[in-house]
Amino acid sequence: MSLADKDRIFTNLYGQGDWGLKGAMARGGWDGTKALIEKGRDALTDEVKASGLRGRGGAGFPTALKWSFMPKQSDGRPHYLVINADESEPGTCKDREILRHDPHLLIEGALLAGRAMDAHTAFIYVRGEFWRERERLEAAVREAYDGKLIGPNNKHGWDFDIVVHTGAGAYICGEETGLLESLEGKKGLPRLKPPFPAAMGVYGCPTTVNNVESIAVVPDILRRGASWFASFGRPNNTGTKLFCVSGHVEQPATFEEEMGIDFEELIEKHCGGVRGGWDNLLAVIPGGASVPCVTAENIRHASMDFDGLAELKSGLGTAAVIVMDKSTDIIKAIWRLSAFYAHESCGQCTPCREGTGWMMRVMARMVEGRAERREIDMLFEVTKQVEGHTICALGDAAAWPIQGLIRNYRGVIEERMDAYTARAGSEDDLPAVAAQ
Amino acid sequence: MSVRRLAETQPKRFAFNKQNAKWVADKIREYPEGRQASAILPILMRAQEQEGWVTKPMLETVAEMLEVSYIRALEVATFYTMFQLAPVGTVAHIQVCGTTPCMLRGAEELRAVCQRKISPEPSQTNKDGTMSWEEVECLGACVNAPMVLIGKDTYEDLTVERFEEIVDAFAAGKGDEITPGTQIERMNSAALSGPTTLTDLPEAEKGGGAT
Repeated sequence: MSLADKDRIFTNLYGQGDWGLKGAMARGGWDGTKALIEKGRDALTDEVKASGLRGRGGAGFPTALKWSFMPKQSDGRPHYLVINADESEPGTCKDREILRHDPHLLIEGALLAGRAMDAHTAFIYVRGEFWRERERLEAAVREAYDGKLIGPNNKHGWDFDIVVHTGAGAYICGEETGLLESLEGKKGLPRLKPPFPAAMGVYGCPTTVNNVESIAVVPDILRRGASWFASFGRPNNTGTKLFCVSGHVEQPATFEEEMGIDFEELIEKHCGGVRGGWDNLLAVIPGGASVPCVTAENIRHASMDFDGLAELKSGLGTAAVIVMDKSTDIIKAIWRLSAFYAHESCGQCTPCREGTGWMMRVMARMVEGRAERREIDMLFEVTKQVEGHTICALGDAAAWPIQGLIRNYRGVIEERMDAYTARAGSEDDLPAVAAQ
Repeated sequence: MSVRRLAETQPKRFAFNKQNAKWVADKIREYPEGRQASAILPILMRAQEQEGWVTKPMLETVAEMLEVSYIRALEVATFYTMFQLAPVGTVAHIQVCGTTPCMLRGAEELRAVCQRKISPEPSQTNKDGTMSWEEVECLGACVNAPMVLIGKDTYEDLTVERFEEIVDAFAAGKGDEITPGTQIERMNSAALSGPTTLTDLPEAEKGGGAT
């Protein structure tokens, strides 16, 4: 099982070719777009629905189903498409490649998705730190305006404006309603749902928020047909997917593969294997920081898709694979994620605001081993009290890595404590408390 | 959450330079009528670029310009961590990504380089006020870890030695001599020994020469 280059969507992934309009058109972009637009709203949505495309931003919600929530009849309020390019999930760096190397895929996808939800305006929210990526996207949007591909009275017969917006360094703005608040010029505090964005999103108008990759694959799905896309992967887990593999592999890389590819094949074929061989593999976080880690034994022949990883009590998330070999201090690796969530909590919900900081501090002690065994269960219990008790999923995301750690590596945590106790018992001075 | 407050010592006034004033006016027009408050993030980012950090008179000016109350601007400035609320190095402010994927590949050593060469504590400038550093959360280039962001550019696939050279170059005012992006022989985020995909494309679909 292997994806052929002719079936790859992101053919300028590494920036080998021209990112601009000419290059994009040579690669097949902006081809027959007008005819696709003329098919109309329902036909576009149905085709994407038939392709089985699930959102590429982490949650995996069916993209076309989300589109279909937009009101069928406008009540006078404009409809908006908002594209989430606030890529900040640790491990994830796929949208970056689309923004800087193939921005026209995104722009064309935005126009088509806009048609499918009766939206005449799209906002693309690019994270603040992506300066160069944003400049590239802005240049591509200008090209599209100049070429009358988008804008008022464009060639395609669907008036469409694109506004490139910038974030300013807040992970929480990747949460869709946090993003909408931020887009309105406020702090990125997630909103209670309902009302859902499709009823009341940005400026109180019907809005759909989609990930960059979800939108960028739309033109190819519509041109080549839903059955082409659905022929990859398995039902409920169809299509191709950008994977970004980081950490302890011989050669970290980003690449497009078929959904459901075997983990071992993924690593051997694209990343030169695990550093120090498969026996040296300790654990893998298969879908970005927010999903629980999986042990070496369980991940080796996992099917890299939504259902395959859910079976392992983890998730595909953004398909950001973080590989850790046996040199890794797994407790410290997870502590660093706890520190991340404590830093990025927006502070709105008490369980998350207080819980993320508390979990980070306990984790810091566990890195040293300066804790008691009963605290492991206490920590687990607290993660359960944060999980599901907050407005957005950041609380869950902060809880899951720790749960994964305790489920899979309780023995390591206990050994660390025993070592600490033995050391403390044999010395007069207790070791200094970790600075962090 | 991090507690962030405005600096105690503040300049007396703020004004956009001519070029930025035009940019700001154009930016506001991109948003729907009456929704000019949306432009606050891009405008404050631009203002910070001009001054180096976010000042109180800046927030007052921008709030007035966008017809929002001052507290809204203050909330935004203290919530979003890219806004520097105190002066940073005038030549370079180095942001070291410290989150797990970068940590696994040596971000802690990069932080130590900063401590050694710039200042022991983050967000404090060196003696001359030219250089400063801080550890930040995931910058979204994990496949090219470890990496740093200096100004608008990323420097990726760093080793301690290479990073020391980069810090020295910036300190000597020669930062522009370093090519941003990956610092090893690698095509962006492709595997080091060469892309494992996209090697079998028809010539026409390659879309022209490299840029």
